[in-house]
Amino acid sequence: MTDAATRQSAQGAPPARPGRRSNLTVLGVVPFFAFAALFLVLPIGFLFIGSFQDSSTHQPTLQNYFDLSEPNIVLAYKTSIEISLVTAVLGGVFGFLLAYAVILGGLPRFLRSFLMTFSGVASNFAGIPLALAFTFTLGLQGLVTKLLLNGIGLDLYSKHVGFTIYSKVGLEIVYLYFQFPLMVLIVAPAIDGLKREWREASENLGASSRQYWQHIALPILMPTLLGTTILLFGNSFGAQATAYQLTGGLVPLVTNAITAQISGDVFHNVNLGYALAMGMVVIMAISITGYSLLQRRSERWLRS
Amino acid sequence: MSGGPSVGPGTPDPAAATKPSQMRRPRQRLKPSLVFSWFVFIVGVLYFALPLYATLEFSLRTKVPFVAYRNVLFKDPQFSATLLYSFAVGVITIVVSLLIIVPTAYWVRLRLPRLRPFVEFVTLLPFVVPPLILVFGLLRAYNGQPLPLTHSELGLNVLIVAAYVVLSFPYMYRAVDAGLQAIDIRSLTEAAQSMGAGWTRILLTIIFPNIRVALLSGSFLTLAIVIGEYTIASFLVRPAFGPYLALLGRDKAFEPAAVTIISFGLTWLAMGMIAFLGRSSRSRVQVAGAR
Repeated sequence: MTDAATRQSAQGAPPARPGRRSNLTVLGVVPFFAFAALFLVLPIGFLFIGSFQDSSTHQPTLQNYFDLSEPNIVLAYKTSIEISLVTAVLGGVFGFLLAYAVILGGLPRFLRSFLMTFSGVASNFAGIPLALAFTFTLGLQGLVTKLLLNGIGLDLYSKHVGFTIYSKVGLEIVYLYFQFPLMVLIVAPAIDGLKREWREASENLGASSRQYWQHIALPILMPTLLGTTILLFGNSFGAQATAYQLTGGLVPLVTNAITAQISGDVFHNVNLGYALAMGMVVIMAISITGYSLLQRRSERWLRS
Repeated sequence: MSGGPSVGPGTPDPAAATKPSQMRRPRQRLKPSLVFSWFVFIVGVLYFALPLYATLEFSLRTKVPFVAYRNVLFKDPQFSATLLYSFAVGVITIVVSLLIIVPTAYWVRLRLPRLRPFVEFVTLLPFVVPPLILVFGLLRAYNGQPLPLTHSELGLNVLIVAAYVVLSFPYMYRAVDAGLQAIDIRSLTEAAQSMGAGWTRILLTIIFPNIRVALLSGSFLTLAIVIGEYTIASFLVRPAFGPYLALLGRDKAFEPAAVTIISFGLTWLAMGMIAFLGRSSRSRVQVAGAR
């Protein structure tokens, strides 16, 4: 935050300037809020209202929310949450180790900028192209699949191994491709923010490297690590295109369930789809709020 | 500066240079940690490179080399048509997004700092509402009177731009806000006012040029998101690049590999531009949400 901004908020009000139309200053932000209202709040409002309506009679009802306990819907939420948890934790741990290795692990410095650039690209390389790239890698005809088969005689797709990229485990492998780079991008500046003095002080007091990490560095980084892991959770929970392209709806995910209910052909219930969507929004809201709160907390220590 | 996948304060690289002692110390003390670092790094690089190499290799498995690339680039009118459509939508999205976000961020910093938490909250909302839900909301809200946008081509094009502008809010606002933070907007504004400039003139000839690096970073990121976007484009039935690639992936063998490589090249180009622009400024590299 700039000095100007902090000064202003300390006074509690913008300083009185000889500006014209001082009581009309709010008008300056009207386009932004109007746009957000029209194309973000209003559409979600429609879904919200729709989720409380009966699909045939349009009468108010809570039935759609009761229907969320149907086994296939519960399974969809469970699978989505499981995939998100697994990829968030694995991506978070590996991303942190990678950032640590490159910043403090003694690797040549140019590897660091290489890693940061690639993380920027990889975390944005999601959706259809990512799903396709992994079919060429670990699909039935994929390069790695063939290498393993011809090289060490391991057939991933045999009944014995039972692997397929078009499955829950496959999706987790694919999601990690954009999960751990995102962790690297967010956690690298936080590792940079660890002050040299803290380490020196702990060493002067006789602390070992392990003690330094256990009692000083990790506790300081913890809000960032936890917060980013939560963000990764939301990142994978909201993803749709990658999973759809890869598995075509075979893996029961919330996004697939919503699509099936709202635009499906056979038995669909649009209003149940809206209730499903609201459930998803609630989970996303919780995860983003958790991330924001923890990020704010981490800024207290790491502000440089 | 709280929340959202923006990358924390400062640029990453100079910070490493200022901590030589931290870099050297583990190397002297713990040899195993260096081995471990290399191990982690190599696993990461393999994870990153293998799918790309496999895709490249697959795209070249054709009998005549590069025939898959020639097919999509020169023989498939859909390729250039959809890419052009997505590019045009991306450019319009960027213009609309800038015209909304820059004046808002500027005004909030200058006159309405108390509104700042609300603006930040609204710009974070697109993270809470996944594209899938946003597009179903838009389809329901604009399916009838008073604004039946889903009934015409023009209306659907308006909706896709509107949806992408909303998606761009978090990145654009963060980029612009960081840019404004780096310059003294108060003095610039007062100087311009004392010379008789109006608000439009101040914004267009003073604020925009002074934060152009931040604007370009936000713009390239928006472009990278929009070009390959699938969910919204497919449910709005737009002839965009994402749905084209999805269809191609189901119908053809080698061409999807070629287009994946091209699409990766485009992402790399956009990110490379951001990194290049960010080198000399305080703007940050940012990342998009999941698709």
